[in-house]
Amino acid sequence: MKAGDFVEGITLGKIDAVASIKKIINEAEEVNKEYNYFNAICKKEAIEQAEKLKIHPKGKLAGLAVSVKDNICVNGVETTAGSMILKNYRPLFNATVIEKLVKEGAIIIGKTSQDEFGFGGFNINVGLAKKIPKNPINKERVTGGSSGGCAGFTSITKNPHVSIAESTGGSIVNPAAFCGVIGLCPTYGLLSRYGLIDYANSLDKIGIMAKSIEDIELVLDVVKGHDEKDSTSLDMELQGIKAKKIGIIKESMNVDKEINGIIMDKIKALGIKYEEVSMPLVSEYGIAVYYLIAVSEASTNLAKFSGMRYGYEEKLEGDFNEYFSRIRNNAFGREAKRRIILGTFARMAGFRDQYYLKAMKARTLIINEYKKAFEKYDLLVSPTMPIIAPKFSEVNKLTPLQNYMMDILTVGPNLAGLPHITINAGYKEKMPVGIMFIGNHLAEKSLIEICKNKAFKSN
Amino acid sequence: MKVTKELVKKVASNARLKLTDEEIEGFVPELKEILDYFSKLDGLNTGSIKPSFHPIEIKNVMREDEAKESLGVEEALLNTKNKKDSYFKGPRSL
Repeated sequence: MKAGDFVEGITLGKIDAVASIKKIINEAEEVNKEYNYFNAICKKEAIEQAEKLKIHPKGKLAGLAVSVKDNICVNGVETTAGSMILKNYRPLFNATVIEKLVKEGAIIIGKTSQDEFGFGGFNINVGLAKKIPKNPINKERVTGGSSGGCAGFTSITKNPHVSIAESTGGSIVNPAAFCGVIGLCPTYGLLSRYGLIDYANSLDKIGIMAKSIEDIELVLDVVKGHDEKDSTSLDMELQGIKAKKIGIIKESMNVDKEINGIIMDKIKALGIKYEEVSMPLVSEYGIAVYYLIAVSEASTNLAKFSGMRYGYEEKLEGDFNEYFSRIRNNAFGREAKRRIILGTFARMAGFRDQYYLKAMKARTLIINEYKKAFEKYDLLVSPTMPIIAPKFSEVNKLTPLQNYMMDILTVGPNLAGLPHITINAGYKEKMPVGIMFIGNHLAEKSLIEICKNKAFKSN
Repeated sequence: MKVTKELVKKVASNARLKLTDEEIEGFVPELKEILDYFSKLDGLNTGSIKPSFHPIEIKNVMREDEAKESLGVEEALLNTKNKKDSYFKGPRSL
């Protein structure tokens, strides 16, 4: 059932809010035993909220179950960004997006698994003592990351539900494509980041995953908009038209032959004019620019976690330098440490201009490359990922750099803050293959419109 | 880029990470591979280009400096075990 029909059923009193929430919570608990999609399930809070709603059923999302990536603060619910260093942290406030959802009657059912702080593309870099989620279609394969729990549960649930995810360099569309659901990463600043545990402030975007495009549209309307608590949040209206001309990113089609075939068939089925467009800068330099900016910002953001005031704590032994250094080494996972070291290095005196500043300038060139393409095309298109969801045994063999290279198709729109969406285009070896559309800033309407195209009706 | 154990140790110490010897040894080749890849940017001419610190142009947002309601002491201390007499307790600084 689509979310809109479900909400109507709730507000008209035809569907029981409490029974529906109990049903999906039971499902989440059962599924979690096998697939590890949730770091926390908030059964008690969700049922209480449903009971209140049953008396006064109202709101654009009345009774709708929403799962939330673990790096977004939910009042009173353990929020760890998938990291041991935030163990037991229970925020005393809601993130702005959560506040907006709850105001419209949505019910938060739990916090979903992710790579620690978002540091990964396969959701295997979970924090210490956290469990790795498995792909809903084939348990030997990864969900993708870093919003793997969001994608896995969105795919597997049989109940009305949407998920609130987050992307820094592809963490929404990557797992959504690997699990065969729709994932929207909005324009940078369209949704407030207040209450998001930062990875890289100039790149982080909160977004939405769902089974249907109508569900995404319904929720986007509720969560978007300016917030005075986030100085980077935009105070602008959405734009976008029905796409008339699409540019296929030439360099992004040099991936897997079978995946390219699936993507080309879908593009032809759209019935919209298309041609190839070359984007040499983003494909050549995108990964290096993205990772330099991401690790530099991450290393400053993670400096605040010190085993004091909240989160993981030990006995206060040694002076403050000893205590902080010990806590941080005991509670951060390996990839978090790797990125802290890389980022600290890139910002150090003597290297700052060569790495950090250079990357910021290269970002300008990449943004200009996109802007030029949007003078000619309403949307750009490519496969979402260069591969299907890999097996755990394959991923374990990759070096850190080979891991980073998997983001080759998704870092571009993330660097430029452009909205992008993935929707399933077909199957290879029975695993879903996503097609990704990229729009100009604030052109979310074009992305939503294209997903309603007849070519995707079978989804 | 020359990555040595000493460099990793120095950077880790700046970042307040007390790495084990085994970790340091593991990071040396990994960081070398990544930094070598990053130096690909040396070939890109960015001479007079302005840096983009954000993907979208952001303006400074100012507000009146007025006191507003904020967390109470008890609430602020809810997330820690290390507290005493309405203060946070931290490791010694001297």
